[in-house]
Amino acid sequence: MSLTQSDIGRIANLARLELSGAQSETMLTQLNGFFDIVEQMNAVDTTGVEPLAHPTAVIDHVSLRLRPDVASEPNDREANQKSAPAVERGLFLVPKVIE
Amino acid sequence: MNELHTLGVSELASAIADKKTSSVEAAQHLLARAKQHSGLGAYLSFNEEATLAQARAADARIAAGERAPLLGVPLAHKDIFVTKDFATTAGSRMLAGYQSPFDATVVQRLAAQGAVTLGKLNCDEFAMGGSNENSAFGAVRNPWDTARVPGGSSGGSAVAVAARLAPAVTGTDTGGSIRQPASFCGITGIKPTYGRCSRYGMVAFASSLDQAGPMARSAADCAVLLSAMAGPDIDRDSTSLDHPAEDYTVLLGQPREGATAAQPLKGLRIGLPKEFFGEGCAPDVIATVRAALAEYEKLGATLVEVSLPRTELSIPVYYVIAPAEASSNLSRFDGVKFGHRAAKYDDLTDMYKKSRSEGFGPEVQRRIMIGTYVLSHGYYDAYYLQAQKIRRLIAQDFQAAFAQCDLIAGPVAPTVAWKLGEKSNDPVANYLADIYTLSTSLAGLPGMSVPAGFGAGGLPVGLQLVGNYFQEGPLLQAAHAFQQATDWHTRAPQGY
Amino acid sequence: MSSSKSLLVGGYEVVIGFETHAQLATQSKIFSRAPTAFGAEPNTQACAVDLALPGTLPVMNQAAVELAIRLGLALGSHIAEQSVFARKNYFYPDLPKGYQISQFEIPVVQGGEVSFFLGDEKKTVRLVRAHLEEDAGKSLHEDFIGQSGIDLNRAGTPLLEIVTEPDIRSSAEAVAYAKELHKIVTWIGICDGNMQEGSFRCDANVSVRKPGAPLGTRREIKNLNSFKFMQQAIDYEVRWQIEQIEDGHAIQQATVLFDPDTGETRAMRTKEDAADYRYFPDPDLPPLVIGRDWVEQVKAGMPELPRTMAERLVRDYGLPEYDATTLTQSPAMAAYFETAAKTSGQAKLVSNWIMGEVSRRLNAEEGDIAAAPVSAAQLAAVIARIADGTVSNNAAKQVFDALWSGEGSEVDAVIEAKGLKQMNDSGALEKIIDEVMAANADMVEQFRAGKDKAFNALVGQAMKASKGKANPQQVNDLLRQKLG
Repeated sequence: MSLTQSDIGRIANLARLELSGAQSETMLTQLNGFFDIVEQMNAVDTTGVEPLAHPTAVIDHVSLRLRPDVASEPNDREANQKSAPAVERGLFLVPKVIE
Repeated sequence: MNELHTLGVSELASAIADKKTSSVEAAQHLLARAKQHSGLGAYLSFNEEATLAQARAADARIAAGERAPLLGVPLAHKDIFVTKDFATTAGSRMLAGYQSPFDATVVQRLAAQGAVTLGKLNCDEFAMGGSNENSAFGAVRNPWDTARVPGGSSGGSAVAVAARLAPAVTGTDTGGSIRQPASFCGITGIKPTYGRCSRYGMVAFASSLDQAGPMARSAADCAVLLSAMAGPDIDRDSTSLDHPAEDYTVLLGQPREGATAAQPLKGLRIGLPKEFFGEGCAPDVIATVRAALAEYEKLGATLVEVSLPRTELSIPVYYVIAPAEASSNLSRFDGVKFGHRAAKYDDLTDMYKKSRSEGFGPEVQRRIMIGTYVLSHGYYDAYYLQAQKIRRLIAQDFQAAFAQCDLIAGPVAPTVAWKLGEKSNDPVANYLADIYTLSTSLAGLPGMSVPAGFGAGGLPVGLQLVGNYFQEGPLLQAAHAFQQATDWHTRAPQGY
Repeated sequence: MSSSKSLLVGGYEVVIGFETHAQLATQSKIFSRAPTAFGAEPNTQACAVDLALPGTLPVMNQAAVELAIRLGLALGSHIAEQSVFARKNYFYPDLPKGYQISQFEIPVVQGGEVSFFLGDEKKTVRLVRAHLEEDAGKSLHEDFIGQSGIDLNRAGTPLLEIVTEPDIRSSAEAVAYAKELHKIVTWIGICDGNMQEGSFRCDANVSVRKPGAPLGTRREIKNLNSFKFMQQAIDYEVRWQIEQIEDGHAIQQATVLFDPDTGETRAMRTKEDAADYRYFPDPDLPPLVIGRDWVEQVKAGMPELPRTMAERLVRDYGLPEYDATTLTQSPAMAAYFETAAKTSGQAKLVSNWIMGEVSRRLNAEEGDIAAAPVSAAQLAAVIARIADGTVSNNAAKQVFDALWSGEGSEVDAVIEAKGLKQMNDSGALEKIIDEVMAANADMVEQFRAGKDKAFNALVGQAMKASKGKANPQQVNDLLRQKLG
């Protein structure tokens, strides 16, 4: 499976990355080299095999823990917004969102 | 008393407890040393005021009569762990200037035991890399040969220990990032069972693979740290295992059941995967590892050949799953709430693109691209899903092997440390070098690197030990027994 | 889901599927411990986890799961023993992680149905699924020039996304469905139903087709937050789609917004990479396991559902469907009815009074029946006095007024104090009627001559003579008797 420049453009867009022409070229070559190795996976017969999402599920029952419904987090706005690029009146500012 | 930086964790803790020195003195000594050796690039940031305040608090606890294995001991944290009083960058421009309002659980637990933070350690950006050349803040140098890489992603961590800039440190391991730099730098490190240490406060790379772990000059010191770091974090990490915290020092120095003091590892079956000893591994590494295994036989262990048939497959499987999870984990870096925002942009989409492209280095961008692709419509089944299925097969392969042995052993990496810049233009070559560590991570098993000797160019070679789930205690026990009978782990690079 | 010919619009069949996002009434968020209360200062209820600060992780709220189980039980759905949380990846400023934790392949609630009446016809809309997910934050545009302000207080509020099959065939049916679902979620206490605050948000997927033809391309009308605008929006969209098709244009899939000022639907700015959300199971959250024990426990604690109760009211009290449906609009109203009906034995009268006098006053005062100044017992007492003839209907209204305003609290005492007792004594009434007939001989003549209106005039005179206290029914009967 060989990627094309158009794939690179589409994926970069999905990932909100901006690649220059040269960067796209390099990325294309590198990714194609990488996916050559990934093709090895095709040959493996995984019929009837469940994906392993949580590693220790191989030997243990892994299930979601539930916590009691208690609102215990205090208002820590100042500390939480310490590293915000743009804040006004407690709101995070961004370029206008057009719907 | 020897110079403070030559003391390991337990020795230093005793010296402080016995008032031969103080936590403040030790911290000052090590901070000075860090500055002296800043050329290695191990440290990214300090906060001397905070360090000394912590040290004074520790000294006060000691004066009040308290005793604990880590009380007053200075150590440093990989910059993947968020810290309130120290900057956190994860080695990335994306987080330059970031101040976390909270401490990582692992950091909290060590601090509660009285450990003192010296500073934050350099690493590959967002833990992605095997050479620490991917840091936005400069590469890290191997003190055994400063023209060479220390390994990664916990390169700064490994160097700090090897160069005696800290008696112990924290690192993280997703595909080998504790074990491999430990091997390249001649120190000891352990990645515990997945879920053993809390991931809360670890800047996420690959959620189903990331694990925190200690790195130090001995298995004994690692055991002390791991005992403090590990344990359930029910309130904050849903993947943290409900297994109770353990004291990993208990088994150290104890012979195995049915064994003797002379042959403490009698009855231990060590499995050697034939795939780890083939053509892909450099002869000097194999020779060093085999010599180390011969020592294990002297200690009473038996060597058994086993097979991990999907070892090579672990490379594509890991490099599909890890980037996939990473691509999603890194989406929060959008310039809105924290992190780098571009200075100029036309609109919202442009802001996202510029901020992210400026903030992320090339390796991170590459992995985001891979991850986005393998999750995208039409490719999910063939790539991500297939990889997760093979992952289960790999985990099953280990279980099959563990039917024949108690521990699995082999090299950590196919070579010793390579030269800085040697592989930086070939990302795939870097991925291939992870071949012996990836499968352990995919299966979620605990794995260690133990200094085993020296290979080509007098560079360190690590012996990898892999245990079954929750077997950190026996793993550390076996490593410790080896370290009682050998002295590789005590060697320091010249001038350090 | 019969395709009633009468529902066609311009010859086209309307096909609607609904997606409703119901905010769950929990104290804390679905994956963090920040509070969920509405109306707080911006970002004062967004903790580190909600802001997606580096190193934060989700931890599941038990109550959110319990409320999902309740909904599943209420709608007769299958509750999955094991369901999976998945990441839905996209970039938007109100989505802090750059992905929403939702459920994709395996939702917690599967199947189920909602039944309701549209006029006389019983309708059933099938559910595909209901799944748990987290809400996003809010963008505020008004106060900023060229910028938007992001408030993440709402980010992480638990939602149940309730998805129907495309079973709905008209805008009226859509509104009726939405109202019934609204009633159910508030009735079982999983959602406060406050549509102005965004607790109950509906999206309608609308398409049209000629009967028998395959499904047309649908457009999604987002954020229908009032029942009034819902019908308007759907009607407009249907007409618009039909016009497009008739003009030879194909319908493009799109997301649209309804503008209440213009009454039109308008396509949102299309996103180039339309919906590649790259769903994958969230590695931070193991699968959610719900055992049978827990489901049984929740079931045991569930109230009787509105539809079940309505059917029971029809059966046990002989009420019309309409009354039963109206009375089961809330558990408090239904309880009020039953208490008053049982106590007075006059179910229909009680129903009339609740739907009439009580509701009128409650609406005017914007009050809830739970806090009505007249209790069910008091209403029952008033109605008992109507039934036994002590007071007339009109007089009873005066009694009720007095009780409502707090003038009095004891029904008989009020009747006494206001002298509202009806005159029932036949002897006394006959005397009055004789006098009236004698005094209005001309009216008597007119009646006997065939003018029926004269009868009412005579009744009126008798009522006047009795100062309104005569029992009107008795006056009627006696007068007829005497007139022959």
